[in-house]
Amino acid sequence: MSGLTSGRVFNVQRYSLHDGPGIRTTVFLKGCPARCLWCHNPESQSFGPEVVRVDSRCIECGTCQEVCPHGAPDPGSGVCTACGACIEACPAGAREMVGRETTVDEVMAEVLRDRVFFQESGGGVTFSGGEPLAQLRFLRALLEAARGHDLHTAVDTCGFGPREEILGLVPLVDLFLFDLKLADDARHREFTGLPTEPILENLQALSRAHRSLWIRVPIIPGHTDGEADLAALAEIVAGLSGVRRVSLLPYHRTGVDKARRLGRPSSLQSLAPPSPERMEALAVVFRERGLQVSLGA
Amino acid sequence: MTPRTEALRRLSLDTPPSISAERALLLTRFYRDHDGRLSVPVMRARAFLHLCENRRIHVGEGELIVGERGPAPKAVPTFPELTCHSVEDLRILNSREKTSYRVDPDVILAYERDVIPYWRGRSLRDRIFEALPPEWHTCYEAGLFTEFMEQRAPGHTVLDDKIYRRGLLDFKADIAAAVEALDPLHDGEAWDRREQLRAMDIACDAVLLFAARHAERAEALAEAEPEPARRSELKTIASVCRRVPAQAPRDLQEALQSYWFCHLAVITELNGWDAFNPGRLDQHLLPFYERGLMEGTLTRERAKEILECFFIKFNNHPAPPKVGVTAAESGTYTDFANINLGGLRTDGTDGSNEVSHLLLEIIDEMHLLQPSSNVQVSGKTPDALLKHALRVVRKGYGFPSLFNADAVVAEQLRQGKTLEDARAGGCSGCVEVGAFGKEAYILTGYFNLPKVLELALHNGLDPRSGRRLGPATGEPGTLKNFDAVFGAFETQMRHVLDVKIAGNQVIQRMYARLMPAPFLSVLIDDCIRSGRDYNAGGARYNNTYIQGVGIGTLTDSFAAIRGAVFEEGRVSLEELVSALDGDFDGHEPLRLRLVNRMPKYGNDDDRADALMQRAFEAFFSSVDGRPSARGGRYRIQMLPTTCHVYFGSVTGATPDGRRATRPVSEGISPVQGADRRGPTAVLRSAAKMDHLRTGGTLLNMKFAPSLLDGDAGIDALAHLVRGYFKMDGHHVQFNVVRAETLREAQARPEEHRDLIVRVAGYSDYFCDLSVALQDEIIARTEHDGLSGSTPLAAPVVAAKPSLA
Repeated sequence: MSGLTSGRVFNVQRYSLHDGPGIRTTVFLKGCPARCLWCHNPESQSFGPEVVRVDSRCIECGTCQEVCPHGAPDPGSGVCTACGACIEACPAGAREMVGRETTVDEVMAEVLRDRVFFQESGGGVTFSGGEPLAQLRFLRALLEAARGHDLHTAVDTCGFGPREEILGLVPLVDLFLFDLKLADDARHREFTGLPTEPILENLQALSRAHRSLWIRVPIIPGHTDGEADLAALAEIVAGLSGVRRVSLLPYHRTGVDKARRLGRPSSLQSLAPPSPERMEALAVVFRERGLQVSLGA
Repeated sequence: MTPRTEALRRLSLDTPPSISAERALLLTRFYRDHDGRLSVPVMRARAFLHLCENRRIHVGEGELIVGERGPAPKAVPTFPELTCHSVEDLRILNSREKTSYRVDPDVILAYERDVIPYWRGRSLRDRIFEALPPEWHTCYEAGLFTEFMEQRAPGHTVLDDKIYRRGLLDFKADIAAAVEALDPLHDGEAWDRREQLRAMDIACDAVLLFAARHAERAEALAEAEPEPARRSELKTIASVCRRVPAQAPRDLQEALQSYWFCHLAVITELNGWDAFNPGRLDQHLLPFYERGLMEGTLTRERAKEILECFFIKFNNHPAPPKVGVTAAESGTYTDFANINLGGLRTDGTDGSNEVSHLLLEIIDEMHLLQPSSNVQVSGKTPDALLKHALRVVRKGYGFPSLFNADAVVAEQLRQGKTLEDARAGGCSGCVEVGAFGKEAYILTGYFNLPKVLELALHNGLDPRSGRRLGPATGEPGTLKNFDAVFGAFETQMRHVLDVKIAGNQVIQRMYARLMPAPFLSVLIDDCIRSGRDYNAGGARYNNTYIQGVGIGTLTDSFAAIRGAVFEEGRVSLEELVSALDGDFDGHEPLRLRLVNRMPKYGNDDDRADALMQRAFEAFFSSVDGRPSARGGRYRIQMLPTTCHVYFGSVTGATPDGRRATRPVSEGISPVQGADRRGPTAVLRSAAKMDHLRTGGTLLNMKFAPSLLDGDAGIDALAHLVRGYFKMDGHHVQFNVVRAETLREAQARPEEHRDLIVRVAGYSDYFCDLSVALQDEIIARTEHDGLSGSTPLAAPVVAAKPSLA
C-alpha cells in the first residue's frame, strides 16, 4: 500500500558524496515553503511541474514554437501549463520537465540501483528538496521503504514544519541534515520568507530526540556571512547535543543559471563566491566553540 | 630518486628514439649464409645465437642493471624476418610529427642494399598476405578487423616465478632429460621434438653467452674506471652477470638482472606483442628483499634505487614501429609491459606486501611511460594498497590501472585452468588475462562491431566502397521489425568472424611452422616437457582472442533503431539508412533526436543495457569455444587500444547519431559523452556485461581532479572500484585531468610534453597522440560529484560541490 503512495520528485541524483556519509543517492522532493534569495535549486520551490530550457543545447529550430498550444514556449511566459509538448518535440533535448508525480516504489527502484555502492561506502539515501517535510506523508512512506531495505537514511531539511510530525520521523532517520541560515528573525524573514522561531525550536527538540545531526550553514556574501550572525548561530549550535558536524557551504552561482533556465529573473544578482581564506576564517567561529567544521560539504 | 636514477631517467627521457639496423644486418647475413641447411627451429636458435654473439654490448654510465635491446638506449632494432620496413616506411618514421624514430641515412642505405633485397617476399608478413584468401583481404581492407600477427609475433606473454628459483643451467638439464625421453619408435613426431629441444638448448647457450659478454664488458670498464666506488659497482655487475641467468639469483640485484636478461632475450629472439613482462614483481622479489634486509646487505633505499634502475630499462625500449600503411599514422612508443601488484598468492591468500608499496612509490616518483603498472584488487586486498594506488592515480598519470583479481581467477577457471595457475596469473598488455609462465594467450586482432551493423543495414555491402563484404541479408525496407535487424547483424557478424578466424588459422600455422620462439619456449611451461614450441601449442594453456570494439556505439545504434524506427515510427529504416549514407546532411534534427532522445548505454538504463547484453551474447556465442590451430580455443575480449579511432575512420554515420569517420566507443566505455547519470550509472551499465566469460574488458573513466580531493575523494574512488568489482567488473582505469588542461596541452604541446593520459589499456604522452585521439579523450565525459544542487538537463560540471 505505502509503495503506491506518491509525491512530487524533481530529481534523483546518484553518486552524491556530500549529503551524508559514503556514496549516496539524493532524492529531491519538489516544493518548498521558503523562498531563499540565494536558492541554488529554484526549480525546487514550486510544487507543480515546470519546464526548463537549456539554452546551450537549443539549435533554434523553432519546433517548440510550432507545437506549443499557447504559442509561447518560453518557460517564463506565464501561460505555460507544463503540458510537455515542447519537450517531446525538441530534437536537441534542450527542454526538460522538472517535477513529476512518482510513487514510493518507483523512487526506491531507482535508489536501490546503487545499493552495492552504498554497502561498500557506508552510504545510503538522502531525502532533500525543496523541503521534504512539505510532503510529509510521502516522505514517511519513502523512509519506511528505505528502512525495509536496510538503507542508511538521511533527511535534509530547513526545519520548518509541524514539530510532532518531525519528531515522529526520528526512528526512521539515521541522520538529519539541518539547514540554518540566520538567527536574526527580521533578516531571516526578509531573505527566506520564514520566521526563525519555529525552526530554532524544532532544532532544539530534534537535538534532544536524535543523536545524529549535521548542521549546514550557507555562506552568502552580504547576507549570512556576518561574523556576529555566525557567532549567534554557533552559540545556538554549541548548546545542542547530537551535533556531529557543522558544514559551511560557500555560495555558488548555479542558482542564477538555473533561474534563467526557468525563464525567471534571479532574485539575487550573481555574487562573488567567498574565498577559501574567508571560509577558513569563518570556520574558526564554530571551531572556537568546540564544534567540528567542514567546508563545502 | 637518487642522483644516479635522476640522471638515468633524464637520459632515458631526453634520448630520442632511433632505428638501429644492427639486428637486421646480422640476421640477414646469417640467413643468407645458412638458410636451407638447418631445421627451422635450429635455424631460429642459431640465428639468435649469432645475434647474441655479435651484437654490441652496452653498459651505461651509472647503471646497476645492464643490457639493452639495441646497441644503445632508445635504439630500436628491427625484425625483417617478420616485417620488412620499406625505404618509404623508414623515411616516414624519420619525418612524421608524432612518435617519430630517427632513421640515419646509413640505416636506409643498409636497408636498400642488404635487408630489403633479401627479405622482400621472404618476410613472414609477405608470406602471410600471399597465403590469405581474397575474402580475408577484402574484409581486412574495409576495416572490419585487424590482425595482430601481420605486424608482430604472438606475444602477450608474462613470466612466472621460475627464474627466481632456477637458472638456465637447470633448464638445460630439463631439456637434456626431455631429449633423453624421446621415443622415435612410438612417437612419429620425435624428430620434430628433438629439433625443437635442440633449438631450446642452443637458445639457452645464446643467452648465457650474452650475459658473459656483459660480464666481460663490465670487467673491462672496471679496469679503466678511475673512481673506486664505480669500479666496485662494475665489478659487482660483472659477478652478477657471471651468476645469472645461468644459476638461480641470490639477491635483489641478481634477481632483477636475471629477469632483465630473459626479457632482452625474448624481445631479441622475436618481436612479440607487448614485449615481455615480469608479472607479479612484488611477490617474486619479496624473498630477496626480506633476506637482504634481514642479513643487512640491503636497505629499503638501496632496494628502491636498484628497482628504479630496473624501471628505466623498460623506458629505454620504445616499441618497434609498424610497417606498411600504418607507418604514417601516429603509433605509440609504449610496448605494453604491465607489472602486476597485489592480487593473490597461489595458496589464495593476499599477495600484497611491502614491495608492492615500494613499487607504487617508484611508479609515482618516476612516472615513466614504461613499464605500465596495475594493481590486482581482490576481496582480500587491504584498503591500504588500493588507496595507495589511487593516490598515484590521482596524480593523473593514468596508472596504475585496477583489476578485479577475483574475476581474473574466475575467468581463468571457466577456461579450465587449475585454481593455482589461475591465481598465479594476472593481466598483461592492456587488460588481457593469462596464466603467467604457463600460457600462450594470443591476441589476433580487433573486430569492428559497428561496421558489422553497417553491413547489416546495407544488405552485406560496404557503403564506402560498394563492395560486397557479407551475405545478402535484406535491404532495409525488408527488415520489418527490430528482431529482423538484429538477425541480419548476427548473420553478418558470423560471416565476418568466419573470414577472420579462417585467416587467423593460417597465420597461426605459419608461425608454428616457420617462426618458432625457442628461448621463449624454455620459459613457458610445458614447452620443454612436450617438445613443442610456444608458437605451436607447446604451452600448458593456449587461448586465442578476438577483441570486440565499439560495443557502446553498437548498443546505442540498436537502441536508436528500435526507438526511432520501430517504437516511435518517426522515421522508416530506409529513411534512416539514407540519412546515414548522407552523413545526416540535411537531417540534423533527426541526428540530434537520435543523440538526445534515445536510450544510451552507460546510464544504467535497462532499455539500452539489455541490448548491450544481447549484442555481447551474440558476439560471445559466435566466438567462444571454437577450436584454434594451436590446440586451444577462441575466446573474446572487449578492448580497443587505439583501434576505435581507426575503426571509426572507416565506418560511416551510425544510427546513434555519430557522424561518419568519428571514433567509435572505446572498450566497454559508453559512447563519448553519452553517459549523463554519473559514475555509478556507468559502472552499473558496464557490469551488466558478463565479464567472467571474457578474457578481459576495458573500462575507461575520466575524473576531474577536484572530485578526488583529500582522503574523502580517495575513499569515494575506492568505494566505486570495490563496488564495480563486487559486480564482477574486470578492470577500470581513470584519467584524472581537466578538459581545460588537455585543451591547453593541445594548443601548446611544448609546455605539456610530460602530460601522460590513460589512452585505452595503457598510458601515453598526450602530445604524442593524434589530434583525433586527443579530441576524443577531451570529449570523454568528465564525471563529477554533484551534491545538493541538481543538474538541469546537461550535467552541471560543478568544479566542487558546495552549497546544499
